[in-house]
Amino acid sequence: MSNAIPPAEQSGAEVLLRALKDQGVDVIFGYPGGAVLPIYDALYQQNSIRHILVRQEGGAVHAAEGYARSTGKVGVVLVTSGPGATNTVTGLTDALMDSVPIICLTGQVPTHLIGNDAFQEADTTGITRPCTKHNYLVKDSSQLARIIHEAFHVARSGRPGPVVIDLPKDILINKAPYVAPEEVRHKSYNPRVKADPDRIAEAVDLIAKAKRPLFYCGGGVINSGPRASELLTQFVRMTGFPCTLTLMGLGAFPASDPLFLGMVGMHGTYEANLAMHGCDVMIAVGARFDDRVTGKLSAFSPNSKKIHIDIDPSSINKNVHVNVPIVGDVAHVLEDIIALWKRRNCKPDGKALSEWWAQIDQWRARECLKYRQDDKIIKPQYAIQRLYELTKDRDTYITTEVGQHQMWAAQFYKFEKPNRWMTSGGLGTMGYGLPAAMGVQIAHPDALVIDIAGEASILMNIQELSTIAQYRLPVKAFILNNQYMGMVRQWQELLHGGRYSESYTAALPDFVKLAEAFHCVGLRARTVAELDDVIKEMIETDRPVVADIVVDEKENCFPMIPSGAAHNEMLLGPEDKAAKPTSEEGMVLV
Amino acid sequence: MNDKNIERHTIALLVDNEPGVLARVIGLFSGRGYNIESLTVAETDPYEKLSRITVVTTGTPMVIEQIKAQLDRLVPVHKVSDLTMVGPHVERELALVKVAGTGEKRVESLRIADIFRAKVIDSTIGSFVFEITGSTEKIDAFIKLMEPLGLIEVSRTGVVAIARGDKGL
Repeated sequence: MSNAIPPAEQSGAEVLLRALKDQGVDVIFGYPGGAVLPIYDALYQQNSIRHILVRQEGGAVHAAEGYARSTGKVGVVLVTSGPGATNTVTGLTDALMDSVPIICLTGQVPTHLIGNDAFQEADTTGITRPCTKHNYLVKDSSQLARIIHEAFHVARSGRPGPVVIDLPKDILINKAPYVAPEEVRHKSYNPRVKADPDRIAEAVDLIAKAKRPLFYCGGGVINSGPRASELLTQFVRMTGFPCTLTLMGLGAFPASDPLFLGMVGMHGTYEANLAMHGCDVMIAVGARFDDRVTGKLSAFSPNSKKIHIDIDPSSINKNVHVNVPIVGDVAHVLEDIIALWKRRNCKPDGKALSEWWAQIDQWRARECLKYRQDDKIIKPQYAIQRLYELTKDRDTYITTEVGQHQMWAAQFYKFEKPNRWMTSGGLGTMGYGLPAAMGVQIAHPDALVIDIAGEASILMNIQELSTIAQYRLPVKAFILNNQYMGMVRQWQELLHGGRYSESYTAALPDFVKLAEAFHCVGLRARTVAELDDVIKEMIETDRPVVADIVVDEKENCFPMIPSGAAHNEMLLGPEDKAAKPTSEEGMVLV
Repeated sequence: MNDKNIERHTIALLVDNEPGVLARVIGLFSGRGYNIESLTVAETDPYEKLSRITVVTTGTPMVIEQIKAQLDRLVPVHKVSDLTMVGPHVERELALVKVAGTGEKRVESLRIADIFRAKVIDSTIGSFVFEITGSTEKIDAFIKLMEPLGLIEVSRTGVVAIARGDKGL
């Protein structure tokens, strides 16, 4: 970076928009207020950046997350000071946990008022420090452009994450110089993408010798870009090894491939979890050994050697000790592994592998996702299966809220490609799905975007229906309505003696009328016979639709690894529950 | 994770001297439940605007690994060096110790200060302020001896440390 500061000709707000434009931003999600009025004034006088007016700032962050995760680009949020900024905290934490690149521009009171408890003042950098990858308070106009470019670099490189830029009002009004993105280099933050070749060689040795191998892949594959998913698919098929995905990884490997074992973890498939438990070589790719995946740590995959590919060194050896840690970007690492595999002409141990597959096929034969659908009350699983069948040939993107419906969506909706599945995995944010779907639809105007929702979750950000109506976004909200916070009810049933404390929602709104009040189309299915027609009508309607699917109130989500249990202690269905009471140690876990 | 094999490590950090950087480091320790035994910070490179933070922490080897990886992930952190792992290093602390008393106790405190090579930097008829530098253990020992002799107040810097030999951080 040259030391000469160029002349300041534009206001800070104009410099900000110019920097955003140079960073390739074409849309921002926001809500105006006093401290950011100069930015809104500058927005009014230009045409290159589109602003989407949300109904609450929390919705803006989730919308930006949906936008970012379905495109691989950085999502941008613009909010005012004080409550505008504090409302973004949940979304920022969500983006931090799920590694979503977000730039959140927050207004701030003028620099001379900072610390004076001014109107709509909050210590935004203090509040957001633990829930962002990094944050900035701009105190000097000459640094404004540099900070914006640097923030984009931090948000999108390495393990992506949210970055807050706090902008005092005087900085937005005063003249500021502009510097182009190319002129900004960060001194200390330049994450490594290429891995150590020695580690690559160790990994290839281990993979070639494996007798009961398993690929365990997560959201890091998707964050690395579509090329990473292609390379992963290529390598898995080359080896013929089984592959399981985490909740965040769905779509990184085609679900229709016979090598795919389904999702792993608390509500993962029987075969995936038992393969995790029984494998001798685990190849973890962009997955972070989350507690929802590992179950009881001391009993987690006890006899396997573990290879762990991750761009974030702090993810390695955090929960589980691994034998071959590989720090690098998934696509780069897989490229190197495949090249070495080919160069050495490696062949997997065919005999051992076919024995391993015979074992896996036995587990598969248990059909752990089986449920009984009668001809009347709609089972939630059936609703998602029908939704999948009727939408699979279209250009479809799925978002979810959090709870049972989310797990059923993960189990029954099959993803063939990355960036098609947007869910709140790490933080588990109810209310994520509707605004996220909005962001996805903005990025993909012609695609079919469906929020698979629960009736409790969707109410947490239902106001965004108003945004959806304003921009004529044909988002579909597919509500599995069981009148309960289903996952809470399920835990109360299994762990708290069926005492359903506060998990039933009395006086739910009439979702059909609610949809109409928000200028959307409302549909309802009460019986199996009505279901397909409602789904078809929902898909065919070129407007926002809220489909209220009345499902079985008492259905539980299985298989399930209870808290504190190991992978080989799964509950496969309701008849399993009495057999193994949850330990006290397990009860304290969430 | 078990509580066995808890180790004490001295970690040196080179960070950008900018607002909030100390809060980031401390927030990381408190947010993730790591221990801070001692922490010192001051600017050490005024041209590059870099500060050096020395932090003494305890934990299992896995936790210590995590601490270093997490610190390294912070954007304004340039370098993380685990001095305990790197090899031989020297650690020093400075303490100011106020002792009040008269007669034999006052004389005894002066005698002990002499043994520990502590300097008297303030004196009244009824009190001394001693300045002492050394390892944490030496300072602990000095303070313990001063307790029965009229110890009033202690101010300590915490540990600063540097690796031995001709290599820099």
